[in-house]
Order: sequence, then structure tokens, then C-alpha cells
Amino acid sequence: MSGVTTSYRAFALTAALAAICAIGLPATAAAQSLNAKTAPAKKTWSPPRTPDGQPDLQGVWTNNTATPLERTKELAGKEFFTEAELAENQKKEHARVESNEEEGRPTQPGTAEDVHYDFSQYALDRGQSKLVWNRRTSLIVGPEGTIPALTPEARKRVAERAAKNRGHEFDGPENQPLGARCLARANVGPPLLPTAYNSNLEIVQSPGYVAIETEMIHDVRMVPTDGRPHISKNIRQWMGDSVGHWEGNTLVVDTTNFTDQNPFPGARNLHVVERFTRADADTILYQFTVEDPGMWTKPWSGELPITKIPGQLYEFACHEGNYALADILRGARVTEEDAAKKKPAK
Amino acid sequence: MRNATITTLLCLAAMPAASQAQTYKAPRTVDGKPNLNGIWQALNTANWDLEGHAAAVGPVSSLGAVFAKPPGLSVVEGDEIPYLPAALAKKKANQADWVKLDPEVKCYLPGVPRATYLPYPFQIVQSQKKILFSYEYTGAVREINMEAPTKAPADSWMGWSNGHWEGETLVVDVTSLMDTTWFDRAGDFHSDALHVVERYTPRSADTLNYEATIEDPKVFSRPWKIGMPLYRHVGKNDRLLEYKCVEFAEELIYGPLRKKSGK
Repeated sequence: MSGVTTSYRAFALTAALAAICAIGLPATAAAQSLNAKTAPAKKTWSPPRTPDGQPDLQGVWTNNTATPLERTKELAGKEFFTEAELAENQKKEHARVESNEEEGRPTQPGTAEDVHYDFSQYALDRGQSKLVWNRRTSLIVGPEGTIPALTPEARKRVAERAAKNRGHEFDGPENQPLGARCLARANVGPPLLPTAYNSNLEIVQSPGYVAIETEMIHDVRMVPTDGRPHISKNIRQWMGDSVGHWEGNTLVVDTTNFTDQNPFPGARNLHVVERFTRADADTILYQFTVEDPGMWTKPWSGELPITKIPGQLYEFACHEGNYALADILRGARVTEEDAAKKKPAK
Repeated sequence: MRNATITTLLCLAAMPAASQAQTYKAPRTVDGKPNLNGIWQALNTANWDLEGHAAAVGPVSSLGAVFAKPPGLSVVEGDEIPYLPAALAKKKANQADWVKLDPEVKCYLPGVPRATYLPYPFQIVQSQKKILFSYEYTGAVREINMEAPTKAPADSWMGWSNGHWEGETLVVDVTSLMDTTWFDRAGDFHSDALHVVERYTPRSADTLNYEATIEDPKVFSRPWKIGMPLYRHVGKNDRLLEYKCVEFAEELIYGPLRKKSGK
């Protein structure tokens, strides 16, 4: 989506800025004012319809946000910023972007740095794509604003998994993160969680189906809305199995059948429920609840606005262009060879 | 009466197959277009070889009959692909070393038209301004732009698709395809000058006629055409499932870079 860059040119995600945003209304009313514009609620607004009468969620969207998934410790107990605090945060963000003093500054044309990677062209979304502001201090709702504690069993399982990989991170492709392998990305989910880079998605509808395409990694989630059951529990998929239905103007998507590697490694019976509600012409209120009694001590929920952007999705050929993974492994082998050469010398 | 019936039958028999297919009028979407929504799949061996081919031993002898090459008729109009002489030599070299060279083996995006006749289903989600083609193989996806034609900002694996309706037929003009994809496992290839025009025409409630005209002056002496029916998955709960084959190609691609065991 190179076409939607703004004057923002920032690169790094800084923790302080991560906390910005939105809205002190209960979820249903929130739909009207989740948007950064904080316009007064238009109670009479009703969503457009597709020719066959479904609420129309179609278009190209971004969920790029400055709001972190989990609330920072300094903001414990504070679910929302005030309007004044939000304005201050926005001001800081603009100043950060304008100052161009961080890693994200534009490169000098013709320099090696510029040829290698022009940050102002291909940097992270925070400073480049449309940023969706809201007053929440975390995407996770509620007084805590954090992912609940793992169950004792899950804690053990996750720790064992991590310990097993420790010291072997560069042994082979399967030791590398799923994203580096072009297998899965947090932006795909579900739930659709914004990430630092490329939060673009598109929704296309036909009678009985809603297709949710994320530009990363050209993944399409095909959601049937005809009331059919989930596929056999023996079939586990990276994106799970999604089935949906309409509740008034809201698309409710129920997803099960995940692998135990994605999107929350170690979760074996993950169940995600998402709610897409068109709030106004440019906004979908996106709400989600995640549960797995074998993983977390209680379910947890989050919400964020998804905002319309101009342009369209382009091809993201992640695996086809994955030089990084080969180079990472090759680098590790060269390092090992060099170390082996040095040893006998002494 | 009997004579009339016989005459009708004779007339039908005399009609070419294509025009018979065109007499079928597909159910309409709410906005009045032929309704192509559904899960579709080719039922042939074109992905093994577009041209006619006899059964043959597969690339992995230990798999015996399980992954041998199945026989198939040519889907190429006129039977053979009109290669330029130098290109034919390259095709033969590709064919001789296909396991090493075929992008499908590495789970790369398949390009057009190969995506259509891979041995996996694909789903059409037909909206008004856009038609989404979602392929089971590696989650490949194409968007057909049904508004005023647009131009690609860059070449891509799946190309750039502008579509329009001609009566019962969805016509898709595909350009800006990279030279990195193949047509089949027989080494049939193209250059970055490839231009494909696809035609999807409903021929009955559960079948489509698929035609693709292939033009690439760097590789072929003239435009040529493939054609085949596509069949609807009619099962009540049929779904596209995930075939994220990237993982299956990791050993092949990254295996040589793996840490040697015992160190």
C-alpha cells in the first residue's frame, strides 16, 4: 500500500508513544466515536448494504494504531486517556515524526544506506500509514488491560518450549519465528492484531461469504455465513477455521481448529470470537474475545477501530522473496566455521 | 412430431461444442451478472503437462505408483505449444531438470494460468467492483478489478488482472506477470512479456468453460490457447482448506544451511 503514505516518516516504535488513545464509552456506543475524529455520535447512521442485503463491510482498511495490545505498568488502572492527554500524545507523535532524528529519518539519495533500504519508503507503518487514534490506553479492555496469567500447566509448557529452542535459534528454519519463515503473522491472526508493519486488509463479500484478506502474507480468511458447523477437530490450521453469522449489523466470526503454534504458541484449544460493526463510513469497530481454559486463567477481550484507506492491496510474496531466512542461517554457519578455525590455533 | 424431434437432435449434433455451451444462461447475481460464486477445480492432468502425455514413472522411485505421472490429453488447442526454436530448447532443459527448477516444488506463487489447473480448488467471491479469486495452493490470491482498467505499478507473481463481462463470459486481462512462474511440471515456461486473456463461461449449473489465450513474443511464435472445463465442489460443507506448503519446502530450500548434527 505504498500509495497511502502520509507525511509521517517515523520508523521506530517507542514505548512512550505506544500509549495513546480512545474512548470512554461502552462498546456499543463506542462504535460511533471510536474514530480519531471523536465526532459526536450519529445515532441514526445505518450501514450501507450489499445488493443482497448484508451490511457492507467491503473496502480496503487498516488497523494501524499507536495503542499497545497490553497496558503499560505506569497506566495501570487507567483505561482511557482524557481528550487533553490524547491531544498531547498526538502532538508528541507529530513532533517525533517531524524531527526525523530517529532511525526513521529519510536517507540521503545515492548513499549506500539509501540503496540498501530507504526508511522513508519502506519503513514501519506507525509513521507512514494512516494512524488510527483512539483514547484507549490498551487494546485489551477492562480494568487490567493485560493478557491474563497463564495457567500453571501452560506456564510450564510455554517455558519448556522456550527452553528447548534456547541456544538453537539459528540451527534450522523451524527454530526461527513463524514470521521469519513466512508462515504466519500477528496481523493475520485471528484476532487481527496491528503490528509495526503492514496493517492493511481488505474485505470482499458475496452472498454467504465474507472474505478477509490481509496483505501480509497474502492470506485470505474465507468466512461462510450460512450457519454451517466448524470442520473436523482433527484439522488444525494456522489461521484456524472461521464460521460467521450476522447479528443485526454486526458480523460475528467464530474461529477454532488452530494449530498449537499460532497465533498464541502453546494454546491448544484456542477459541476466538470477533465482532465487526460498521461504525461510520470510514470505520469498523473491531472487537474480539480470546479464550483457552488450558492456556489462560480467564478469557480476554480487546477492541480497536479499523479505518478505511484509499488504494488497494498489492501482492506480498513473502516466501518467494525470503532471502533473510537463508542469510540468517548462512550467517550462523559461517560464524560457527570461523569459531572452529580459531580453536585449534591456540 | 417424430421427424421434428430427429431434426432437432441432428441440428444440435451439428452445432460446435462452444456454441452449445454459449446457449446456457447462468443464474444471476442480485446485480444481474452471471453468478460465478463457488469453489471450482480442474479435473485433468494439465499441471503435469499441458500437452498430451503418456503415463510415466514419477520423480521419486520409492513412491512407486503413488506419485507417478498420470496420463492426460492435451489441453492446448492444436495439441502443441508453438515455441520459438531457442525457447523449445530451454523448455526441454527445464523438463529434464524439473524437480530442481519447477517453482511449484518450492511452494512459490503459481502465476496465471497455472493457478487455475493446479490440483487444488479455488474459490470465487464475486462482488460488484472486485472479484476475488482465492486459491487453496499456498493461499495464493488475485483480485480482478471490474471497474475502469488500471495499470500495475510493478510486476508480480500473480500478475495484474482487469476484468469485464462479455455476455455470459467473465473476461480477465492479465499482465505484469514475472518470468519466475511456469505453466506445468513439464518445464513449459514464459518470459516477463507474458500476456494472458482468460475467459470463464458458465456451461451448466456446476461447470464452467475455462479458456486462456497466451501471448509472449519472446517465447512463442504466435498466441496460443488452452481450454478445459472447471467443476464446482458441490458438497454442502465443502470448504477451501489451508495448504500452506511453505513449511513443506523448507528442508529442500534451507536444509543445506542447517546446523550439522553432532556439533
